[in-house]
Amino acid sequence: MPYFLGYTYVAVFLLFGILIPVGALLANRLLAPRHPDPEKLQAYECGLATPSDNTLPYNVRYYIFALLFVVFDVETIFLYPWAVAFNRLGLFAFVEMIVFIGILVVGLVYAWKKRLLEWL
Amino acid sequence: MGQPYLRLAAAALILAAFVLGTAAFLVWFERKLLGRMQVRPGPNRVGPGGLLQPVADILKLTVKEDILPEHADRPLFRLAPLMAFVPAFAAFVVLPFGPGLVSADLNIGLLWILAVSTVSVLALIAAGWASNSKYALLGGMRAAAQMISYEVPLVLSLIGVVLAAGSLRLGRIVAAQAHLWFAVPQVLGFIVYLIAATAESNRSPFDLPEGESELVAGFHTEYSGVRFAFFFLAEYSYVFLAAAIATLAFLGGWSGPFLPPVVWFLVKTYAVIFFIIWLRATLPRIRIDQLLSFGWKVLLPLSLVNIFLVGLFRFI
Repeated sequence: MPYFLGYTYVAVFLLFGILIPVGALLANRLLAPRHPDPEKLQAYECGLATPSDNTLPYNVRYYIFALLFVVFDVETIFLYPWAVAFNRLGLFAFVEMIVFIGILVVGLVYAWKKRLLEWL
Repeated sequence: MGQPYLRLAAAALILAAFVLGTAAFLVWFERKLLGRMQVRPGPNRVGPGGLLQPVADILKLTVKEDILPEHADRPLFRLAPLMAFVPAFAAFVVLPFGPGLVSADLNIGLLWILAVSTVSVLALIAAGWASNSKYALLGGMRAAAQMISYEVPLVLSLIGVVLAAGSLRLGRIVAAQAHLWFAVPQVLGFIVYLIAATAESNRSPFDLPEGESELVAGFHTEYSGVRFAFFFLAEYSYVFLAAAIATLAFLGGWSGPFLPPVVWFLVKTYAVIFFIIWLRATLPRIRIDQLLSFGWKVLLPLSLVNIFLVGLFRFI
């Protein structure tokens, strides 16, 4: 398959993926009843009146996990090309990647020892 | 104009029908199995053996009123179901069902699926945030924490496969398993993948983002009608995708004796799906602290060990 044809497929599939829900939403607009009333439009709450702003503070731990995720996700970006070319690169690249992963593991151990991986 | 465009249109239409049909079938399959495992019949009214129940559900959802909560962030609220469904569908473009039976045989097939399915975490957090409801927000935050934590071991567990196959092309990965399924030498990676993939698709016992008994319905609490249906379709598409990748990367793909390759592919994929549903019927939901520490302290080191072992064995 020619190189660009493959990505034409991808583009067409993305377009299709958008068209399916848009079509369903249009059908819904034509077929469904529409009787909004203030009670119905309230956010779900167990019988209480809903405050207009329902955002609430959430645990700061989420950010720490997000930061850790960024580190390791960037690592995987380096690992994929390395894995594809592994058979051509030889022992040196393998040792080098172990050193690279080792440095990141030191970071993980640090976070672990600092009790950042616990949910307090 | 001509042949290539005809093939393109046919592929898109067939796959659209396949994705919607599979999602509907999986809903029935799961409800029926759960019913059997809980010693009750499951859906059995609409169609033979209740087979048409999901179709009836989807039709019903289409004619239901589309409710936009008063204080919701409207554009984001409308966009979130699309953000959930479009990547789930787009991932199927590189999925091979048999030798040559693939819409677009990209040389980065596996990476495309992994990259595009990551977008769904944004959809869940957008849905949770835009609903302006505390249950939805909590569900969205949990979804984000869970999906990014299990993304890392998921992606790392597949590196062993890429390393052994020397390619990201899914057809090549299957061909590399002609003599031995990767699930045998890389059993560690396979186990990590199965657990992480179950968590990535928010399946029980990792269904915290929607934990019914604590968060009402989690991130889709405020969704109704068609928009709700698309979250559901996306979730079941991901279950199929997760099982399909497990089949292609670890279980030898479509290879097998006697039966045609497509049948083997579907048999293996449905075996993995059966296992995922079985987990749901067996295990209780775990807590978020257990979830996160399990992901970072057990799965992540194990997936790194797997890469190291696979690399080491290439030199011996």
